[in-house]
Amino acid sequence: MGRKILFITTDQQRYDTLGVNGGELSRTPVLDRLAAQGIRYERCQPTSVVCMPSRASMLTGQFPSTHGAWMNGVALAIDAPSVAENLHDLGYATALIGKAHFEPFMDPFGRFAENSLASLGIPTIEQPWFDGRRGVHRGFDYLEFATHGVMGPLHYAKWMQAQHPEAVAGFYQVVDGDLNVNAAGGGDTGAPQVKFNDVPREWYHTDWVADRTIEWLAQQEDNSDWFCWMSFPDPHHPWDPPASERGRVNWRDVPLPVNYPEEASLREALLDQKARHWRAWYDGRVVSNYEAPKKWVPATLTADQVREVSALNAIEVELIDEAIGRVLKTLESKGWDDDVDVIFTTDHGELQGDFGLLFKGPYHVDGLMRLPLIWRPAPSTKCEPAVVHAPVSLVSLAATFLEVAGQPAPDWVEGAVLPRNDEDARSRSMDATVTEWDSVLFGVAVHVRSIMTRDYLYTEYLPGTMHDGSEGELYDLADDPLQRVNRFEDPSYTSVRSTLSERLAAHANRPGERATPGVLVAPV
Amino acid sequence: MASLRYERRIAAPADVVWGVVTRPETIPEWFPGVVSCTVEGNIRVIQLSSGLEMPEEILVNDALQRRFVYRITAPLYRFHLASIDVIEIGENDSLCVYATTAEPDTLALIVGGGTNSALSEIQRIAESRVSA
Repeated sequence: MGRKILFITTDQQRYDTLGVNGGELSRTPVLDRLAAQGIRYERCQPTSVVCMPSRASMLTGQFPSTHGAWMNGVALAIDAPSVAENLHDLGYATALIGKAHFEPFMDPFGRFAENSLASLGIPTIEQPWFDGRRGVHRGFDYLEFATHGVMGPLHYAKWMQAQHPEAVAGFYQVVDGDLNVNAAGGGDTGAPQVKFNDVPREWYHTDWVADRTIEWLAQQEDNSDWFCWMSFPDPHHPWDPPASERGRVNWRDVPLPVNYPEEASLREALLDQKARHWRAWYDGRVVSNYEAPKKWVPATLTADQVREVSALNAIEVELIDEAIGRVLKTLESKGWDDDVDVIFTTDHGELQGDFGLLFKGPYHVDGLMRLPLIWRPAPSTKCEPAVVHAPVSLVSLAATFLEVAGQPAPDWVEGAVLPRNDEDARSRSMDATVTEWDSVLFGVAVHVRSIMTRDYLYTEYLPGTMHDGSEGELYDLADDPLQRVNRFEDPSYTSVRSTLSERLAAHANRPGERATPGVLVAPV
Repeated sequence: MASLRYERRIAAPADVVWGVVTRPETIPEWFPGVVSCTVEGNIRVIQLSSGLEMPEEILVNDALQRRFVYRITAPLYRFHLASIDVIEIGENDSLCVYATTAEPDTLALIVGGGTNSALSEIQRIAESRVSA
C-alpha cells in the first residue's frame, strides 16, 4: 500500500483569501491547519490565468504552449498526457469530482466527453474513447462533474434539476441571452454576477462536491491506493452563495482592497502605466476575452460593489473550508489520514477590485497570478513543515503526484516536483516561473508571456491586434509589491529587463515536443 | 455578428466530396453531435445529442457550383447563414470550405466549432469512398 492523494482545487481564488496567507475576511481554519502541518507556498503561479489551459497544465504537467489547450474554448486533445492515467496504471483508483473543464462547456452538439459522459448520467465503457486502460476518461475511473450554475448536462446541474427543481431559479444566470457572460447586477449594490440565492446550503455545489467525494471515499478499500481530485467550482463568479450564509460577512464592514484606490483618477493613473489594453478594457473600449462580461464596463464599478463582491467571495471561501473539513474528518474516521497527501490550490486568481477591475483576462499581476498552494505530505512521511518563498508553478503538480506515488516523472512532464523548502528549491535552481496567455476571439488577438522571479515580475506583449510587440511591464517586487510602478522603460532597469527577456526567450525555445495547438470551438 | 470559416484539403474528386454533403438527410453521418434529422421540402430539423432540436431552412443546393447554403431558424439565433463549398483543385484533390456567419457571436463560435469537426468527417468519408 502506498500514499493516497487528495488533490483539492478551487476556481479563481486569490492568495490573500486564506487566513494563513494574511486574509482577514474569511475564516479558513481547516486550510490554515493543513498549512501549519505541511508546506505553504508564498509564490505559486499558474501557467495561465484562465481555467482550461491552467487545469490542463495540472493534468499534463505541461505549459499551454506544449499541451495545446491555449485558451478557454480550446479542448485539451483527447489523447493528451494525463497524470491520472499514470496513477491509474500504477493501480490507483482515480476520481475527479466537481469541475473538470478540460473541454468546452458550451457544447450543444454534445461533442465533448465531459458533457457526453455527464449526459449519460453514469460513466460507461460504451464510450468510444474507452480503451480499457485509460479509465473512463483521461485516466479517471470515476467522474462526477459540476460547474458554476445549474443549467446544462453536468451531473450537479442534472441532480438539481431532477431533485430540487424549485431551487434552480435561485441561482444567478451565468450567461445572458446571447450566451455572453452575464453583466446583470444584483445583491444590495447591483454588482455584476451577484445574486441572493435561496438555495439551502446542503444543495449548493460546494457541499455537493464534498458529499460526492465522501461517498466515493466510502467505497474505497482500506488497503487501496487512490487519487481523488476534489474540484470546487467556487469562489469563481457568479457570487451567489446560499443566502442563509450572508450573515457571515457584512459587506458594509469590508475594507477596500489595498490596490483599489477609491479616487477614479488615481485608479486611472495606475492603469495608464500599464500596457494599453488595461485602460481600454477599463473604459469599455475593448473586451479582449470572453471571461469578462461583454456588456459591463469596469469604470462603472463602485467601491460598494467591490465590498459586496469581496464579502460574498469570502463567504464562498468559508463554505469551501468547512466542506474540506468534512472530507478530512472522513479520512480520519477511516484511519487513513496518516497516509494521505493533501494538496490544495486553485487554477488562477481574481482581480476582485484591484486597479478598479473584476474578473480576469490578460492582466498578469498578483490578483490573478499569486495563488494559494498548500502541500500537506502524509504525516507518516514525517515531513518538516515549511514555508517556501521561491516561485513555484502549478505545472509542477503532475510530477509531485507521481513522486508521492513513488514514480519518476515521464519525459512529457515539464514541471519539476514541488520543493519541500527553500533550500530544496535553491539546490534545484527553482527560481522562476512562466505564465502564458494567448487569445484570439472575434478579431481581437492578445499574446502575453510573463516571468516571475523572487525579485521581479516581467511581462512581454507579443504582436497582436492590441500590441505591436514593443510593450511590456516590469515590476520590482522588493519596492513595489503591489505592482503599481511599471519599470519597463526605466533605463536603470535595462539590465534586469534584458536578463528576464532572455529567460522568456529560453522558455519559448525550450526543448521538447509540442502538441498541435487546438482549435477554438466554443467561447468557454 | 461573427463570421468564421474553416477549410479542408481532401484527397478525393470534387464530385465525391460533393456527394457526401449534398443530401440533406445524411447530416447525422458527418456532423458530430447531430444524432438524427427530418427533411421535408427545404426544411430540415436536426436533433442534437444534447437533446436540443434545431430547425433549418435549406436555401441553396447547387450541384453545378457544388454549393450548399442553409440557415438555422431557431429563435436562439438572430441571424445564421452557413455555406459549404466544394472546390475542385485537381483530379483527386478538393478543397471543402465551411463558413458560418451568425449573431449572437457566441453562437457563431459554437456552431462554427462544430463545422470544423464536420469537415474532418466529410474528409474521412470522402477519402474512404475513393479508396473503397
